[in-house]
Amino acid sequence: MDKLFEGLLNHHIGFVFWATLAFLILFLLLKKLAWKPILGAIHERERSIESALASAENAKAEMARLTSQNEALLKEARAERDLILKEAKELKDKMIAEARTSAQAEGSKMIEKAKVEIEGQKNAALAEVKNQVSSLSIEIAEKILRRQFEDSGKQDALVSDLLKDVKLN
Amino acid sequence: MSLTHILNSKKIRFSAVFALFLMFVNFQTVLRAQTESTHDHSVDTILEVSQSNAAAEHTDHPAVEHGEEKFDPTKVIMEHIADSHSWHLWGHTSLGLPVILYTDKGIEMFSSSEFHHGEESYEGKYYTYRLIEDKIFAVDSTNNIDKEASSHVYDFSITKNILAIWISILLLVLIFSSVSSSYRKREGKAPKGLQSFIEPIILFVRDEIARPNIGYKYAKFMPLLLTMFFFIWINNLLGLIPIFPGGANVTGNIFMTFVLSFITLLVVNLNGNKYYWKHILMPDVPWWLYPIMIPVEIIGVISKPFALMIRLYANISAGHIIVLSLISLIFIFKSVALAPVSVAFVLFMDVLELLVAFLQAFIFTMLTALFIGTAVDEHHH
Repeated sequence: MDKLFEGLLNHHIGFVFWATLAFLILFLLLKKLAWKPILGAIHERERSIESALASAENAKAEMARLTSQNEALLKEARAERDLILKEAKELKDKMIAEARTSAQAEGSKMIEKAKVEIEGQKNAALAEVKNQVSSLSIEIAEKILRRQFEDSGKQDALVSDLLKDVKLN
Repeated sequence: MSLTHILNSKKIRFSAVFALFLMFVNFQTVLRAQTESTHDHSVDTILEVSQSNAAAEHTDHPAVEHGEEKFDPTKVIMEHIADSHSWHLWGHTSLGLPVILYTDKGIEMFSSSEFHHGEESYEGKYYTYRLIEDKIFAVDSTNNIDKEASSHVYDFSITKNILAIWISILLLVLIFSSVSSSYRKREGKAPKGLQSFIEPIILFVRDEIARPNIGYKYAKFMPLLLTMFFFIWINNLLGLIPIFPGGANVTGNIFMTFVLSFITLLVVNLNGNKYYWKHILMPDVPWWLYPIMIPVEIIGVISKPFALMIRLYANISAGHIIVLSLISLIFIFKSVALAPVSVAFVLFMDVLELLVAFLQAFIFTMLTALFIGTAVDEHHH
């Protein structure tokens, strides 16, 4: 065992020293030259990819939101249009109905008036006819009476006739 | 304590036992090699054999005539997976590496080619040095090891593995500075080119290793985990390349894995919160069990990174040993006819090792993350 480790330090301490030094130099060199910039760049790139993906996702969500919003707006507009149309129709119907009723009322009023007028005219005409008829009858009666009184005999006969009639009553 | 934790610790214990066994075998072979070398074994012959071995690996050129002595695969393999003071390039050409020695009298610096592959001693300012079994000893005038003087000589040489570590660091810095500059140039855009190859791996470390094991505090430990992962992985891969810039067995060097796991130990325990320490020092057991539980928990603190150290070392070394053993078959049977079989198996092993290279880097990093996770966990068990 003694022989195994004899001169171990003499022959190998140098190698251990140089190897340690070399490895430490390599470590520091690569840390400064390579690992920091490389890992930094990879990290940076990964982050930018991640953020790009996230923003794409956001854009997609935004798009979906906008689409749904558009749809909602469209729906609302459509509903509003329907409402307006409906209102207009109602208004139209109402106006028509109103016009109809007022026309009817006016018509019936006018008819009523016409009827009254006609009645008035008719009455006036009838009254005229009556006056004419009475004056004509009086004239006729006068003429007849005149003629009758020209002949006394005839008069006596008539009075006796009349008297006869009275007796019967 | 959850069931997975027990399973995990069992696995760790098993691998630790197995690795200790491996280490024991390894040291035995080293010891045997040492005793053999005293019997006037010229190191040159071994080197030549290993060189021809390396040559055969690429050219399939039989070099049996070099091996006048009996070919010893264990020695060749151990030499290939061990650290060295020179870097064998091709044929008889080796790269001399700087030797730096810290002695009690001062610092010495010279090229390892002065040793002429261990054939000659080098007379320095303070002592005379000689390379024995690729270790530097101070020797006296008759080339015998001067034990007293050797104990004052500390070897701070830039060895093959140290140079390989520097090469891997250079590669990593080049790769990652280019990647990071393309992040700066193409800010916020999709990755392109090398960047698109590296980014999934970084994300893998972050999302599969750090986050699930550490939790929301993972960001603080990311630089360490990434550095560990890529350092182990690239060194595992470079170790599979048989020629110059690669071929060094860095992650199969137990001292390298010791350094890495010691860093894990430090990071875990320096970041341990009150729940972690309470779990160790005041576990939820009757007080009279404390004399058993507290030492067990403290052993657990050390054994976790220890298992990391052994696991990486054993896995990578085993891979190299298998590949080299398969190559050695050609020289053991002294027949070029065996080469296609050998190469086919080596190809298979190399492909397997590509997987293991990634897997071991992943396991080391993941377990480090897991240990950090248990240390910073806010849940009260």
